[in-house]
Amino acid sequence: MEKLVVLVVDDEEGIRSGISRILNNFRVGFPFLEDDFEYDIHEVGTGEDALDFIKNNKTDIMLLDNKLPGIYGIDVLEYLNKNKFDIQVMMITSYSSLELAVKATQNGAFNFVPKPFTPQELKSAMESITKHLFLKRMTNKMTQDDKELRHQFLSVLSHELKSPINAVEGYMNMMKERQIGKSLEDYDQMIERSLIRLRGMRGLINDMLDLTRLESSANNRNIVDVDLFDIAKYVLDTFEPLAKQKNIKIFLDMPETLVVKAVRQEIEIVFNNLVSNAIKYNKESGTIHIKIKEIGNAVNIVVEDSGIGMTNEDIGKLFHEFVRIKNLNTKDIAGTGLGLSIVKKIVEAYHGTIDVTSTLNVGSKFNLLIPKF
Amino acid sequence: MKKDTKKVLIADDDPDFLTFMEVNARLLGFEVHTVISQKEAEEAMVTFKPDLAIFDLMMENKDSGFILSHKFKKLYPDVPVIIATAVTAETGLVFGLNTPGERTWIKADKYIDKSLRPDQLQKEIKSLMKM
Repeated sequence: MEKLVVLVVDDEEGIRSGISRILNNFRVGFPFLEDDFEYDIHEVGTGEDALDFIKNNKTDIMLLDNKLPGIYGIDVLEYLNKNKFDIQVMMITSYSSLELAVKATQNGAFNFVPKPFTPQELKSAMESITKHLFLKRMTNKMTQDDKELRHQFLSVLSHELKSPINAVEGYMNMMKERQIGKSLEDYDQMIERSLIRLRGMRGLINDMLDLTRLESSANNRNIVDVDLFDIAKYVLDTFEPLAKQKNIKIFLDMPETLVVKAVRQEIEIVFNNLVSNAIKYNKESGTIHIKIKEIGNAVNIVVEDSGIGMTNEDIGKLFHEFVRIKNLNTKDIAGTGLGLSIVKKIVEAYHGTIDVTSTLNVGSKFNLLIPKF
Repeated sequence: MKKDTKKVLIADDDPDFLTFMEVNARLLGFEVHTVISQKEAEEAMVTFKPDLAIFDLMMENKDSGFILSHKFKKLYPDVPVIIATAVTAETGLVFGLNTPGERTWIKADKYIDKSLRPDQLQKEIKSLMKM
């Protein structure tokens, strides 16, 4: 239960105690929140005392009379605004002029309650100021969370981009200094490693482009009729050379045409990632079974490989950005750790689901369910 | 083999960094034995009997380097150990051998960041080996 601190600022004691009485057992709730908001009410008689109070106590809401014996309510409001106090202010005043109303609004007063008011008027004003306060804080928090996530993402990203540069730079320096021999052949392995690291870096940049494309087109997606058979064929053709290198056989089991409403590029990204993973993490002479069929109003895509598999602990981390399953079996496999997080983003954009089952050293099975429309 | 040739055991699952370490150690005149996992390092420390060990922190376990240096110091209390890591760049965690507490539970003699330049690396090794 969250208690909001409310400060009542009025020189008439009767008004102060009246407000306290009305709000004492009053609660405000939201349908989507379990707990109601309660109020912890404090009273002061002057603007000076109000400033003293807020400097020493975290205050959420202020009910502020304008005509006070010393400084006026509007002066208090100006002070709060100037010093960026996160306090929602409700002006309570009997001599309201347009000028005062404008000035108060300019200084961020949330609303006006004219005196005299009924208990019901006060309660409904409290309800609206509480909702406003809650939503404002939630928005702030979400922007903050978003910023932190963004920052985290960027710092991991720059590390991932820097590490291949470091490796290639290291090799270049060794070559420049002729550290292990005079002839080019001595450096064959370093050149090969440099190329592998550069390829990995290009993969990362391509994944980044996929991600930015997804994010920037989120509101403007070109949804058309897409035949999954076309896409599956196209992706399998692309990866055939890679599969041949490891002598992997790919079996495709699906109707000769299966049309869904989708963005072609997005579906391609999904297939690309699933198929390339199934090849990369497969064993020599392994198999990949791709089964695509309709289930009611959805399309079910299953990609099953006979590869190195994963533990349950690995599966839990699999869809997070920059997660790569690190073990002796995967140490020579290039990857960015972005692919599956992108796949998941896309599947979710279609309100679909993706899940994985896997057995270590036997293989993994990715199971997608995507609504057709 | 010359009598004064020193031997170094280097364990790292990053092949590029392993090469970097190996080349620099050879330039300093070491006989080098490289391994790519904690498991192999545990075997090699017994058979290879190094005069210096350099362990990567995160291999198949997140604390492989700590475990290795602990086991290594039990076998060879007087042989220096370096732990190399990119953990600060990867996770933002900062730790080293700065407090008495850390020196008690981390059994290594030196702690180096993987972004080290070759000359810095050679200097660190030289000072540790009193070369």
